[in-house]
This record gives sequence, structure tokens and C-alpha cells, in this order.
Amino acid sequence: MTRTLMPAALALLALTLTSCGNAADDQEDGAGEQAEAGQDSLVLYSGRNEELIQPLIDQFTEDSGIEVEVRYGDTAELAAQILEEGEDTPADVFLAQDAGALGAVAQEGLFDELDAETRGQVPEAFRDAEDHWIGVSGRARTLVYNTDLLDEEDLPDSVAELTEPEYEGRVGVAPTNASFQSFVTAYREVEGEQAAEDFLTGLAENDPQIREKNGEIVSDVADGAIEMGLVNHYYLYGRAAELGQDPADLNIANHLFGGGDIGALVNVAGVGLFDAEHEASQTLVEHLLSEDGQRYFAEETAEYPLIEGVEGPEGMPALEDLDVPEIDLNSLEDLETTVQMITESGLVG
Amino acid sequence: MPWWLRAAALVGTGVALLPLAYLVVRAAQYPPGDFIDVVFSARSGRLAVTSLALTGAVTALCVAVGVGLAVLVTRIRVRGRLALGVAAALPLAIPSYVAAFGWQSMNALISPGTTFEGFAAAVLVITSVTYPYVYLPAVAALVAVDPGQEEAARSLGRGPVTTFFTVTARQAAPAITAGGLLCAVYVIADFGAVSILRVDTFTRAVFTSFSMGFDRLGGIALSSVLLVFTLCVLTAEGRIRRTGTRYASLSGASRTRPELLDVGRWAAPAALLGWAPVVVGLGVPLCALGVWSAQGVSRPGSIGEILAALGNSLWAAGAAAAATTVVAVPLGLWLARRPTVLARLLERTAYLAHSLPGVVIGLSVVMLGITVLPGLYQTMWLLTLAYCTLMLPLALGPVFSSALSAPPELEDAARALGKSPLLAYARVTLPLMLPGIISGALLVLLTVIKELPATLMLRPTGFDTLATRLWTYTGNESYAAAAPFAALLVLVAAVPAWMMISRLLKEVR
Repeated sequence: MTRTLMPAALALLALTLTSCGNAADDQEDGAGEQAEAGQDSLVLYSGRNEELIQPLIDQFTEDSGIEVEVRYGDTAELAAQILEEGEDTPADVFLAQDAGALGAVAQEGLFDELDAETRGQVPEAFRDAEDHWIGVSGRARTLVYNTDLLDEEDLPDSVAELTEPEYEGRVGVAPTNASFQSFVTAYREVEGEQAAEDFLTGLAENDPQIREKNGEIVSDVADGAIEMGLVNHYYLYGRAAELGQDPADLNIANHLFGGGDIGALVNVAGVGLFDAEHEASQTLVEHLLSEDGQRYFAEETAEYPLIEGVEGPEGMPALEDLDVPEIDLNSLEDLETTVQMITESGLVG
Repeated sequence: MPWWLRAAALVGTGVALLPLAYLVVRAAQYPPGDFIDVVFSARSGRLAVTSLALTGAVTALCVAVGVGLAVLVTRIRVRGRLALGVAAALPLAIPSYVAAFGWQSMNALISPGTTFEGFAAAVLVITSVTYPYVYLPAVAALVAVDPGQEEAARSLGRGPVTTFFTVTARQAAPAITAGGLLCAVYVIADFGAVSILRVDTFTRAVFTSFSMGFDRLGGIALSSVLLVFTLCVLTAEGRIRRTGTRYASLSGASRTRPELLDVGRWAAPAALLGWAPVVVGLGVPLCALGVWSAQGVSRPGSIGEILAALGNSLWAAGAAAAATTVVAVPLGLWLARRPTVLARLLERTAYLAHSLPGVVIGLSVVMLGITVLPGLYQTMWLLTLAYCTLMLPLALGPVFSSALSAPPELEDAARALGKSPLLAYARVTLPLMLPGIISGALLVLLTVIKELPATLMLRPTGFDTLATRLWTYTGNESYAAAAPFAALLVLVAAVPAWMMISRLLKEVR
């Protein structure tokens, strides 16, 4: 046994190390080519899911001839990685799921300013005041609920009502998720620190159902394990797609808070550029904001397009008709206080 | 113990443990006041209680299940003994996050409207995929115990049970404790299962710190508590284990097989009890995979995408196994031959690194790459370094055990006969250590195939493994698309598990 395995093991070892060496060589060659070619390729850090984004990138490569190397990861983890990498980051473009993450990278001064033409395409409400990042698609906060268990009349008009005794133990939340944190930051901005703190404490005392991700809330609501939950509007569409059903036929529905309630916040997924002079990066941003790109978001990810003239996701009210709260998305970068507040409220471990 | 071996051990292990230095550098940047606030908060206390309880409960259960199964398979005459012996090792191939997802899917199917979560659920799920860390070394130890010594005890009038506890168990104890230590450290570092089953442990809090507002320093403060934790576990283990105790028998080829105990009508219930953990650990996740493929409509990418991920997984795992073994062999030999303070310190440090969440090692290697080795950043080299840091104890355990049973006297004899030290080492000691080296390499191979957080952070851009693909699809709730990657991952990881156990069981056939 030992005698036969020994040569095999040594061969494996040699093989592995050789291929390691080759990989390093390839890498160096690759880097060299990249330096020569320069404008024909770019590195994208995507905090958005590969399944949603890769088809759009493939289309881009086909149209422009620009090769895109995409590094997929969680938005917050990639932001942490970029902050660690600093000026030396290999990334040319950061596509993030949330304005807060973009704000944190912008705050470190890592993004370059976007040119006036690009940013002019997106309404002021959905981009950075200092032009360091720009929204490419919009997502609304909603209360998803189980239509077998509840009627829409049973649901509150304001997200603040979820702290009332009537909703005890019935509401799902994902307090460690970036979208919930952005919502809390917006709460602080609009209603004040004390109100936000009261809301979080009230929510925590109301015995909510804690989940890691929005998707888990939506599937538990559909299974009837939870009656309702705070999520983004498009998770319902994602579930419909996975089950191969029409969103209207599901036993779950989105309840939109009205009257400019903070529970109806519209956040963005957006991009920032590390080198505005890099033409390939610029072309990618233009592609994301083109009619084709924007229609892709509306149709494939059920998000809101942000440029004029492209229709929003089916079954949702138009972006202009949403009764959204008055909020400057740039103010969402102060996550530190929010995180501390959420942690102290007892919603997180 | 020639000087060049010690030097190789020192340099290799030093490099492998480099990322741990990051934590010290970073912790030093934290204002001491804030640091103390995080470490001594009420939340920190709650996390400590949960983490300790979970670690204790899972480790105790793993030792009970692992040792019980090992005794059953090596010492008792039951039907289908060898099949059970092989199957019992296979749950090691199931990543804890797949097991947890699997249990939840099955729960949703069987009793919709209820949730499967909490402490008891976590104990069950983690134990079901972790007990082989005890089972494998326990089988190895029971197989290696010299039956001659048992016979001697029996002939001196001791009964079979007394003999087992006074002779057999005592010799197997170091291996069992080492396995228990691996279980404990695994539970401390586990993120997947506890986050899916919603149990708040330190590791989950570290991840939360990183993902909530990327609070890197807060995460590092909590990580330092994890280190203290592991130190306690290591100290406790060190008291149980007596390094350097050797029971080597030189009877070699003339040794006999251990005698199988006949338990009469208890044989059938014993076999049934033996299969229970296998069904729990292997059956439930595999059923869930079937359910996933049947229910959803999302489809994975092409065969090409699947094969590319498979190839990348094997390559990454192969490189990691090779590199980790190269570091582990001199260190293991040094520890076995001359357990100096320095050697012991290196070994304990390796366990410390192993207990850290993958994201901490990931970030530390990112920093190392950016600041010190920019040319290697996001290449296989740096990914391999991270694996080396994370996996060293897995290779070290079996290498160390085999080094203990390779007596230096034989090497000395070869040198006395005129061989050079290097030749004596290569011709005498290395072959004797080979079974341990192979076991260690296989264990690293298997664990790297399952590893997720460090792989995500450090892989070359565009380099996807089975685990990262699985993560992509489950992150999007596309379980049907995830199913083939999960199935392939389990299948591939099962091969080293099967190789390890079948090598061991050859001895008791």
C-alpha cells in the first residue's frame, strides 16, 4: 500500500506545484497584456449576485469588445476589502448593492469624480452630492406579507406601528443586512436619533423573527412561518422566478407604506470609479445607464430604472408615483452610529 | 534531530503563521479603551456563554459518538461492520452550511409553518458532520494498539472491559484528545451552520461586525477574544495529552490482529445504533439535495461551468494539501523528537490560527498581499498561504502521531551504518511516517474543498470553485441551480474521506 501510494503522492505534489508555477506565470503575462492593452479590459468588483449581473456583463463585452474580469462577493465584504486595499486596489469599478457601502468607500477618497454627462442622466436624489458615485437601479423597502393569513387592511400605514403590541412576534427582520441598516440610517436622518432608537428598541421588545437575509424572510413568509417581514420589493419577484410562477399568483404580496413614511425608502444599487480617466470603466457605466442596461434591471431583477423613459418593473407603481420619504442618500454613509444603535437595541445577538 | 530540519520547521511554520501577526498589528491600532469596552460588554458575555456551551456540548457528543463508533467498528463482531466503518467517515464531506440548509429544507417539507433553529438544532447539525474528526483518529489509534499488550493484560487475569480501559483506551487517549481538540476548534470557528440556525456565537459576531458597516476593528477585538478562548481549550487539552509518550512496538510484521468481541444478541441493536449518526449526518442533507433539484426551476450554468469549478476546487485543494504537508512534516518530527518550548509554541500558534474565522485570516492575507507582496496579491500563491495558515493543525495531527511511532533509534542505526543524516531520514523515517503524512494531506484536501470565506476573499479574480459557486446560487435562493454544485462538492470531498478510512480499516478486515 505504502509503496504504491508514495510515487503517486510525489507525482501529485510535483504536478500541483508545477501548475502553481504556471499559474503565476500566466498571471504575470496577463498583467503585462493588461498594461499594454489598457483600455480593452477592466476589473469590476461586484457586490451584486453573479446570476443577476453576469448576463449584463456578457452583453457589454459583446457590444464593446471590452473584457471584464468580475470579482463577485458580498457588498459589505468587498467594501471592507477595498478599504483594506486602499489606493492599490486592482479594481477599476465597484458595483455595490447599497448607497451606504459606496458612501463608505467615497469617504476614504478612493473614488474619482464622475463626469457631468454621466451623472446628468440620473436624478439628483439617486447620486452622490460630490459626484463620487451614481445610482444605476432603485429598490423600494416594503412589508411583504402572506395573503392567505392576512388582508392588506390588517397592515399598518407606517413602519413605526410595527412596535405596537398587536404585531408582537409576527414580523420578520434582517438586522445584520445592509438594506435594513440603510433603512435605519434613513430613519435617523428623517425622524431624528431618538425616534430611531425608540423604534429599534420597540421592535426588539416586540419579539421579532430575526433572519440573516431578506430572502429567508420572504420564503418563511410564503411558508407561513412568519406573517410579514421588512424587505426590499424585488425579493417577491425573485421567488416567483425560482418557482416559475407569475408574481401575481404567489401567496405573498408587497405592502407599500404610504404618505412619505420612512418605511417606503427607495435606496439604490450604484457604481463608483477608481480612475475616471480609464475609458473602459467609463464605457461600462454608460452601458449600465443605457436603455438596454436599464431595461435589463427592470425586467430581469425587477428593480427600478433610474433614467427617464424606461418603464419600471411590472406590477409595481411607477417610481414617480411612489410616496417616498424626503431623504438625501448621501447621508446614509454614517453606518457606524446605526450599527451601534442596532447592536445596542438587542436585535443582534 | 538535525539542525536543518529544525530550521526548515521554524521557517516554514513562521511563514504559514504570518497572517496571525496581522491581528496583533491591528489590535495594537485600536484605542485600548474601546477595545476593553467591546471585550467586556454584556453582549460579549452572552456570546461567551453561548460559544462555550456549544463548543462543550458538540465536543462531548463528538467524542462519545466518534469513540463509540470506532470501538464498534474495530473491536465488536457486528454484521456489516466494514460498510459501517466506511460510511461513518463520510459525513466529513458535508460542509456545515450545506447540512444546516438541508435540515431546514427538510423541516419546511415535513412540517411547514415551523422553524428549525436554535441551540439544540445547532448541536445536532454540527455534531452530525464533525464527529468524524474524533472517529478517524480513534480508529487509527485502536488499530495501532499492539494486541500483544492486550493479550498480556488478559493473561494476567484482567477482563475484556478492564483491559480496554486500562490498556487500550489509555494508549488511544492522545489521538482521541487531539481529535476532540479539532472538533472544539472547528465549532469555535464555524460560521455557516450557526448563522443559518441562528445561534449567536463569537464567530458569528465577528462576521456580523465585518458585514454590518464593515467594522474591521470591532471584528478584530472580538477575534482576540476568540484567541483567548482557544488558548483556554488548548491549555485544557495540553493537560490531558502527554506529548512524547511513546508506546511504539517493534513487533512489526509479526503482530496479530485485535480480537473481535462477541456480544451475542446485542449485535443487531449495536449495529442499528451505529448506523444512526450516519443516517443523520449523511441522509438528511442528501435528501435535501434531491428536493432542491426537484422543486426549483433555476438552472445551473453549462457543464463547462461545472467542470471548471470542479477543476479549480481540485487544484486549490491540491496546492493547499501539498504546501501544508511540506510545512507540517518538519514541525511534526521536531515536536515528536524534541518537544522544546519553541516547537510547542509553534504548534499551539497553529491551532490558534485554525480557530479564527476564515474572514479574519482572509483580511489579514489581503493586507499582507497589498503591503508586503503586491506581486502575489490575488494569485494562487497567496490563497495557498491562507489555506496553510488555516489548515496546518489538520496535517500536523496525523504527521505528529506517525512521527511518534517512527523511533529515532532506527534512524540512528542507519547513520551508524554510514548513511548521511539526510539519507537516513529519507530512507528510514520518511517511509515510516508516510501513512500519517498521507492522512494529513487528505484531511487538508477535504477541508479546503469545503472552505468558503477565505476562498472568496483571496481567490484570483474570476477563479470559481464548487464552494463559491454554491454560495453564489444559495445567496440568491436558487437552490435548484445550487444542487448540482453541492452534490459534486460532497462527492469530491467524500473521496479523500473514503481513502482515509479504507486505509485504516484494512487492518481490521
